[in-house]
Amino acid sequence: MEGKENIEGSFHLTGGDFTNAGVASSELKSIMTKLGISPDIARRAAIATFEGEMNVIIHAVAGVMYYMITPDHIKVVLNDMGPGIPDIQQAMREGYSTAPDWVREMGWGAGMGLPNIKKNSDEFRIDSVVGEGTTVEIIIKIKEDKTP
Amino acid sequence: MNIREVADSLSLDVKTARGDLGRSVTGCYISDLLSDVMANAKEGEVWITLQTHPNIVAVASLKNLAGIIITNNRTPEEETLKKAEDEHIVLAVSPLTTFDAGGRLYTLLRC
Repeated sequence: MEGKENIEGSFHLTGGDFTNAGVASSELKSIMTKLGISPDIARRAAIATFEGEMNVIIHAVAGVMYYMITPDHIKVVLNDMGPGIPDIQQAMREGYSTAPDWVREMGWGAGMGLPNIKKNSDEFRIDSVVGEGTTVEIIIKIKEDKTP
Repeated sequence: MNIREVADSLSLDVKTARGDLGRSVTGCYISDLLSDVMANAKEGEVWITLQTHPNIVAVASLKNLAGIIITNNRTPEEETLKKAEDEHIVLAVSPLTTFDAGGRLYTLLRC
C-alpha cells in the first residue's frame, strides 16, 4: 500500500435487503485493489466482509460496517441492531444456523458464515447482547511486499 | 480453455456478458450453498448451480469466477441478469442436470 495515511469509512446495511447484498464488500474490495493491496489479502477480506454483511441482512434490522485500512492491516467492525446471539460458542460451530427456511432456500444460512469470517481473518472478536445486537471485529494483516 | 469454448461445447444459452467470453476457465465448482462457494471455489472456476437470485452474481464477482451455469433450464431473475451484465459476469443456462453439466465439464477440462 502506498503512502502512510489510514483510509477509513463505513457502509450502512439494511436488514432484509438481499438485493444489495455484497455491495459494501464489493466496494471495499475495489478500494483495496486501488490501494494496491495484494489480491489474496483483498479476497480474504472480501469473503469475510461479505459473510458479515449477509449476517446483518439475514438476522438484523440494520447495521454498520466500518473499515480502516492502515499500511499494516485492514480492520473491519460490523455492528448490528439484531436479536443478538445467546450462545456464541454454538453459533461459531460450522453447520449451526438459525436462519429461516426461505433464506436457506436461497443457499444462505448453512451455518458457515461466522466460521468463514474467522477463517479468513488474522484476528477475530465477537460480542453479542441478546435483544441489542452483535459486534464482529476482524483484522487482516497486510504482508509487506518484499519485491524491489 | 475459455468460457466461449465451454459454452459451445455444452450448448449453453449465454444470457449475459458476451463480451467476456474470452475469459479462461481453470476448473469448476458445483454447489447451491453460497457460503460454500465463498469458502471453496477458486478464482477462474466456472460455477454450476440451481440458484437464480441476484446474490449469485455478487458471490461470483467477489470470488472472481469465470462464470455461472444455471442448470435444469431454470430461469434467472431479471435482477440477476442485470447485475451480471453490469459486473461482466458470464451467466448461462443449460437444460442439462447438474450431474450431466458437471460430467461434461469434467471431461472437457480434465480428460
